[in-house]
Amino acid sequence: MSTVFDDVAGSSLEVAAEVNSQRRRRRRSLSAWHFVLFPIAVLFLIPFLQMAMASFSPAKELVAFPPPFIPTHFTLDGYIKLFGQTDILLWLGNTVIVSGTAIISNLVLCSLAGYGFARLKFAGRNFGFMMILATIMIPTQLLMIPTYILFSYLGLLNGLGAAIVPWLATAFGIFLMRQFFLSLPAELEEAGAIDGCNRWQVFFRIVLPLARPALATLAIFTLLSAWNDLVWPLIAINNQQSFTLQLGIANFQGAHQTDWSLIMAGNVVATLPLILFFLFAQRQFIATMTFSGLKG
Amino acid sequence: MAVTIADAAHGGRRPGPTRTRRTGRLDRIKATLTGWSFVAPATVIILGLSIFPAVWAFVLSFQSWDGFSQATFVGVSNYTQLVSDDDFWNAVLNTVGYTVLFVPASVLLGLFLAVALNRRIRFMGFYRTAIFVPFVASAASTGILSTYLFSPQFGLVNNVLRVLHLPQQGWLDDPHQAMLVIAIMSLWGSAAFTTVIYLAALQDVPSDLIEAARIDGASRWQTFWRVVWPQLAPVTVFVAIWQTIQAVQLFDLVYTTTRGGPLDATKTIVYFLYEKAFRSLQFGYGSAAAYVLFAATLLITIAVVVYSRRKGSEAI
Repeated sequence: MSTVFDDVAGSSLEVAAEVNSQRRRRRRSLSAWHFVLFPIAVLFLIPFLQMAMASFSPAKELVAFPPPFIPTHFTLDGYIKLFGQTDILLWLGNTVIVSGTAIISNLVLCSLAGYGFARLKFAGRNFGFMMILATIMIPTQLLMIPTYILFSYLGLLNGLGAAIVPWLATAFGIFLMRQFFLSLPAELEEAGAIDGCNRWQVFFRIVLPLARPALATLAIFTLLSAWNDLVWPLIAINNQQSFTLQLGIANFQGAHQTDWSLIMAGNVVATLPLILFFLFAQRQFIATMTFSGLKG
Repeated sequence: MAVTIADAAHGGRRPGPTRTRRTGRLDRIKATLTGWSFVAPATVIILGLSIFPAVWAFVLSFQSWDGFSQATFVGVSNYTQLVSDDDFWNAVLNTVGYTVLFVPASVLLGLFLAVALNRRIRFMGFYRTAIFVPFVASAASTGILSTYLFSPQFGLVNNVLRVLHLPQQGWLDDPHQAMLVIAIMSLWGSAAFTTVIYLAALQDVPSDLIEAARIDGASRWQTFWRVVWPQLAPVTVFVAIWQTIQAVQLFDLVYTTTRGGPLDATKTIVYFLYEKAFRSLQFGYGSAAAYVLFAATLLITIAVVVYSRRKGSEAI
């Protein structure tokens, strides 16, 4: 362990001594860190590997004793039962609708509000923004009970609307977009104004096209939050037809207690889209993580 | 849209007459209208779904209400009842236990992984991806994986122990180990976040500081703990606060693994709140528990910030 940490400071050193490290790096291509990082990487991947393997295994084998480490043969039974016996496709559709609506709504409403708070001068602006920032401090647990009662008065419970409405706009989204617009040079917008654009034209024609990186961050944040949300749908949606994927698979363990190939196939359907998207847009995901952390 | 603009104009109007020329005043009204038409839709939704319910929850916490019959005002009796409720104290203890387990582990793991990943060696892309990808796993998904991997009968973990001739464990079925399993799986899902934050911070440590320490003859170990680690202090405070807030709000993973069991060993404050409000329909009592949790979170945050400031000024 001490040898591991002995090398720790070297990390920063390597970054520091860019020129010298070129040679050192090549010499170190079989760095001792591989012996640390490789097992950790495998450990982090094991749950997903187990999930994939179980979903393609015969159900009986998964609860056998002693359990085999590798399934003896490959089968699609889990998936056939999943699509045949459960409403998984309906739930997938529901989750796509909820996440899609949330993303579009957040991109539109938060970029508008973020621009307004960053660039426009109007009465009540600072007060409004302070109130929005204050809401970040309020934990969701505090809001669950009154929101549940409010939604029941509005007739939103047990429908997809219940899952969508809380994600229509987020304080994080406004904060993120405002920070981004503050970093844009104002000259661009002034040039637009001189050319006779009004505020709306400046926003849609000049500012918004430049905001793509921030919009990507916001879209990923909203996708992750809305796709993976469990607590709120759990409280607000009781009817199977309006279940989201997360709610559906969370109930699997009770309904299909021993059929792990089916349960894991459902887990794959719920998780794989995000994993693929992560692999495809890793940079943007990491940017999102950094920002969602540093907002505090 | 019409409603929001009218609403905006009302909210944005300034009290008292302005002494500018008429055109100036018109311009200002127009600017206010434009401004609020940009911000009002999002602002109305967010405040309507947070400030308004937060105030309502406060009122509820002084009432006794099941959602159907007439609500009755009961003063502070919800709060006094909480103080003498053994179930609540059990939930507090479980939550504190989990927080004490999870937060330091999560900070250390994030720091260690960031240091390990902050270098240019081969396969770094693979290592980073492997460690970051669990970030997208939902609580429902993580819960299923936990139950499967830590199953006492057929789970991989016990299977490995069996092959190594080590004693089998009860894991989620054992009141003493269930919280540990939940903490391990939480770490798996959240390591990406703490690691990314520390990685960003490591790259901001001025390199001449490290060089100076090395020239002065400090070992790598000393350089790290004496030079780099103090530079990371603000990030550590932030990560610790953030993870503490996450930890005291633990619910999802409990719901998707043990549902509070075995023997209430994993019943957290939020799980207690959920059961009271949405199983027993005690909206007032649940709201009181939510406010106690909120107050505790605020106090912890303030305490950590004050403590770190004081420590920081001592160092200078």
